[in-house]
Amino acid sequence: MTTMTEQTTQVYSVFIRATPEQVWDGITKPEFTARYFYGSVIDSTWQKGAAYAGWAADRSQQYVDGEVLEADPPHKLVTTWRALYDPETAAEPFSRVTWEIEPAGEHVTKLTVVHDELEAAPKTAANVAGGWSYVLSGLKTLLETGEPLEN
Amino acid sequence: MTDDDQVFKALADPTRRHLLDRLFERDGRTLTELESELEMTRFGVMKHLRVLEQAHLVVTRRSGREKLHFLNPVPIRLIHDRWIDKYTERRVSALADLKTSLEETA
Repeated sequence: MTTMTEQTTQVYSVFIRATPEQVWDGITKPEFTARYFYGSVIDSTWQKGAAYAGWAADRSQQYVDGEVLEADPPHKLVTTWRALYDPETAAEPFSRVTWEIEPAGEHVTKLTVVHDELEAAPKTAANVAGGWSYVLSGLKTLLETGEPLEN
Repeated sequence: MTDDDQVFKALADPTRRHLLDRLFERDGRTLTELESELEMTRFGVMKHLRVLEQAHLVVTRRSGREKLHFLNPVPIRLIHDRWIDKYTERRVSALADLKTSLEETA
């Protein structure tokens, strides 16, 4: 039996030629996120219970609101998620985003984003469906093309 | 085969595109559910799912005792970005800027 829970889980996965540490930095450092995450700078201390906030580059508008549920660098990051850029998604309850980072060969890392707990957030579910592919593709390009920077 | 080759090969088959469409309509399904919608043996569906998994267009996750299949659209996005944005300057200049700013702070 397929339950509603399964229908409201979205999974996105990409292989990146980078180390897990580089992928973690790409997710958690605002100077990176600004380059692929719709221009948003992410603010957090990455401690459990800390706020997770995505802002426009000039800080004029907050795009995303959430809380860090789990931070285990460079393996796993779990946050709650509420998109504020659209009044309809902003009115919905928090959903959950899990970033899983796994080594997948020499200098290759598998990154999986699971966006779930979307049962009560159908507008958010529809809104993010195309966005995560764009974000992960951008992160991959950024990290792979920026590889010499890490030497 | 490169990653792109695997994606194009996986998409070149109508049954596999049909499987992706079924997952697009409702994601996170078991083999049994997918099999019930196709005029095909379980073995045939498994074979096609394996090609889709190798191309990373389908990813599986365990939920209790069930293995659920999810549509992963990222490889299609990568091909889009690779072939459609090929001639745009935007990303190239953004990366150049990032390199400069990171090297300044290093």
